[in-house]
Amino acid sequence: MAIPNHKVSNGGVSQKVLTLETMNSNIKKVEYAVRGPIVVRAGAIRKELEQGVKKPFTEVISANIGDAHAMGQAPITFLRQVVALCVYPELLKSTEFPDDAKQRARRILGGCGGGSIDTGAYSASQGVELIRNDVANYIEHRDGGLKADPNDIFLCTGASDGVVAMLKLLVSGEGKNRTGAMIPIPQYPLYSATLAELNSTMVPYYLDEDNNWSLDTAELQRALDEGKGACQPRVLCVINPGNPTGQVLSRQNVEEIIKFAKKNNLFLMADEVYQDNVYAEGCAFHSFKKVLHDLGPEYNTSVELASFHSISKGYMGECGFRGGYMETVNLDPKVKEQLRKLVSCRLCPPVTGQAALDIVVNPPKPGEPSYEQFTKEKNNVLGTLAEKAKLTANMFNSIPGVSCNTVQGAMYSFPRITIPDKAIEAAKAKGQTPDDFYAHQLLEETGICVVPGSGFGQRPGTYHFRMTILPPTEKMKSLFVLFRDFHKRFTDQYT
Amino acid sequence: MAATLFQPCLSRSRAIGFLMAIPNHKVSNGGVAQKVLTLETMNSNIKKVEYAVRGPIVVRAGAIRKELEQGVKKPFTEVISANIGDAHAMGQAPITFLRQVVALCVYPELLKSNEFPDDAKQRAQRILGGCGGGSIGAYSASQGVELIRNDVADYIEHRDGGLKADPNDIFLCTGASDGVVAMLKLLVSGEGKNRTGAMIPIPQYPLYSATLAELNSTMVPYYLDEDNNWSLDSAELQRALDEGRGVCQPRVLCVINPGNPTGQVLSRQNVEEIIKFAKKNNLFLMADEVYQDNVYAEGCAFYSFKKVLHDLGPEYNTSVELASFHSISKGYMGECGFRGGYMETVNLDPKVKEQLRKLVSCRLCPPVTGQAALDIVVNPPKPGEPSYEQFNEEKNNVLGTLAEKAKLTADMFNSIPGVTCNTVQGAMYSFPRITIPDKAIEAAKAKGQTPDDFYAHQLLEETGICVVPGSGFGQRPGTYHFRMTILPPTEKMKSLFVLFRDFHKRFTDQYT
Repeated sequence: MAIPNHKVSNGGVSQKVLTLETMNSNIKKVEYAVRGPIVVRAGAIRKELEQGVKKPFTEVISANIGDAHAMGQAPITFLRQVVALCVYPELLKSTEFPDDAKQRARRILGGCGGGSIDTGAYSASQGVELIRNDVANYIEHRDGGLKADPNDIFLCTGASDGVVAMLKLLVSGEGKNRTGAMIPIPQYPLYSATLAELNSTMVPYYLDEDNNWSLDTAELQRALDEGKGACQPRVLCVINPGNPTGQVLSRQNVEEIIKFAKKNNLFLMADEVYQDNVYAEGCAFHSFKKVLHDLGPEYNTSVELASFHSISKGYMGECGFRGGYMETVNLDPKVKEQLRKLVSCRLCPPVTGQAALDIVVNPPKPGEPSYEQFTKEKNNVLGTLAEKAKLTANMFNSIPGVSCNTVQGAMYSFPRITIPDKAIEAAKAKGQTPDDFYAHQLLEETGICVVPGSGFGQRPGTYHFRMTILPPTEKMKSLFVLFRDFHKRFTDQYT
Repeated sequence: MAATLFQPCLSRSRAIGFLMAIPNHKVSNGGVAQKVLTLETMNSNIKKVEYAVRGPIVVRAGAIRKELEQGVKKPFTEVISANIGDAHAMGQAPITFLRQVVALCVYPELLKSNEFPDDAKQRAQRILGGCGGGSIGAYSASQGVELIRNDVADYIEHRDGGLKADPNDIFLCTGASDGVVAMLKLLVSGEGKNRTGAMIPIPQYPLYSATLAELNSTMVPYYLDEDNNWSLDSAELQRALDEGRGVCQPRVLCVINPGNPTGQVLSRQNVEEIIKFAKKNNLFLMADEVYQDNVYAEGCAFYSFKKVLHDLGPEYNTSVELASFHSISKGYMGECGFRGGYMETVNLDPKVKEQLRKLVSCRLCPPVTGQAALDIVVNPPKPGEPSYEQFNEEKNNVLGTLAEKAKLTADMFNSIPGVTCNTVQGAMYSFPRITIPDKAIEAAKAKGQTPDDFYAHQLLEETGICVVPGSGFGQRPGTYHFRMTILPPTEKMKSLFVLFRDFHKRFTDQYT
């Protein structure tokens, strides 16, 4: 590397310019298990099945990714109607659409005061103003009237895009002063992947499996103290409801986290994309912004917060549209300018996703023609998810050697599995983590694709996997039978 | 302790050093705690990022637009956004067939409707068949829906006279920008003098400079030759490279063809020279070809880097590493808001390709609506199909109008004393050169602006026309330009030129 343009001869074949050795070393450290090697293998198996290769099963079940539509969940009719009208405004003349859908589309296309928009034109980089206004109204309504400023709202290409933008801003410094970010273990691996790419240090804090994956301030403190030696922790990332763990933080938990962030000068990132996915009795979503506000002036004008929401989850499951937003609270105005500048380089988030988001934050109201159907569809999706959340935990807990916390929210179960020592050795021999080894064998024997717990992080010596609660109920039931039988076979095989 | 940090004798960087060295030290400022995230603590690379296409002048144009809405009196009645290559925003109509197919994908109930032609329905069903659960709301494969990648491969083969394209080398992306950024991320490595440098044309589309700044990589600028229709000169490439080698390790050569902002369409010979130069100097070639459908001038034609590379034979075509980019934002479709595009890699190291796949997987997938729109662009109606005639008419209409306006633009700019403009051979912009009087240059300096920034701001304030100053793209020192799009409707462009001509005269007189 020290000799510019030095070419290493390799039997006469020149070295490529871009190789594993010359590429960005940070990227090599990036891992994203949700679409990692096991998912690639699942895809290959699916192709084999298509080509008629005989397997112990007839289909691959992708229980690895929080993609509701891929698992058969139907889109919300009204949302698709409005977006279709925006994409092809000729349909505004059609008799096949209800008036309220047309009105919404006209409103989005008309852009109230911002000039008309076309889904084919770039929008403002921060997102269509009218839609940001609607997002602000949504947040106000959600937070019991607490005002939201559209200028603090940034529409993004899925929540991931917003998370990455904020982390980019936050990561600075060199060596021991380089930004570290506290992330939950287990976590959604966008965080670890982005921190690796940015050459920032993860400061992991364990969620408490024995207490429904709750957050313990003492653990936050332990993690922070440990992190301070290696980096400068500046960020505290929280996922609520949790992914992969599904826990819904109590209000008290949220308060404790905010106080901890203030005390330790941490920028709070609240990933709240599952805010509509709360199932368990006694659980409720408490928005970080609202709780922060309620903590009073000692906190609410100083704690810096970015919260994220998405159209990929909830009851709409519109993953493919890539829509979402983030709201900043108490962000330094000069930093906000930098953020605006940063997002301007990518021009704008997809306008079809922005339009879809508008329906999510501004759904049909009582009395409107589409209200009944909308509400029915929404309740149907959420009710079904709640059933499957309960079914999942019950079924896993009925299997010896498997335990699973209540799936309080989100879209996943994260059961803990006992792996016999012989299997652990076999895994080691193959260069795999034990849960990786387990999950691969599960896939090869049953066609069920889950993501090994090591992809999210877990306490050493414990093994888990993440499975979604998204396949249809009947399929989930047969899935559990397959799984139960597999787990017994596996345990017997390696005992 | 806190007070001493702000004494004038301490340099600012030392003060920051103090702040940074003490973990969690909070500086009191009259009792107000220092924020965690400030200009001082944030990522310093981001501060160096500039993107003039949506920069300060555009922000000002937006503010003026709001003032007009509120009834504030101005010397003009509307702001004309000639700053950004957004055809629809300037009134260009979408391609009907494309919108029909995407609408059908979004709301498949419409497949039962008699309001859509059969070929549109067929296309939509085919696309939906490639989507998870048959829904455009499912995540696609991270590299893009497979059948769409296959269609892109067919498109490329057809474009390149039968030269095969491998769908596995095709990555759909969230606009071409997304692909450009992904490749640059992979390419930027090393420390200090060994850190990757990237050769970029001057003038360039500032996504490149912005991304390199963000990645803390060095730009190695090579000048396009204004006196020769903005063509590329190998001697200039060599000069730039030699200069760059002292401060970084140049590994990348970025080319934009047709050019942005300059609009030049590289000759086949130019393309060959560039490839040979890249091979000779071990440079990874990045070919931004998003304007490949926007070629207007007689005697000009688009030569794809991949095709020319292939034709150069085995000495080059199995070794030169290339990534080429295309987008649905430009061409005749102008679907900027969908954020769709693709990149094709050629001779990419297979292990690096795995890393690229891993990288794109973290963001799950590009918007599937944009992928669907792309499918129509690469797989348009064929002769004999119900929608073919209308599609063709619309496409030719758009391209014909753009060609007219390209010519009109250069002619009109060249008719104004103190303004010259190269032929707009392709793309969507003119990049005229303006003479700025010395007094104006001084006035600009006094205001802390570049002369063309000063000029463009005054143009905006007096006429409502928003262009991007040449300094946002780069230009030879001592020369001044601005980039204006050719996108407003023809009649509007004509009145725009009258306004501009009068402004330029006024400006010149004012500062002479």
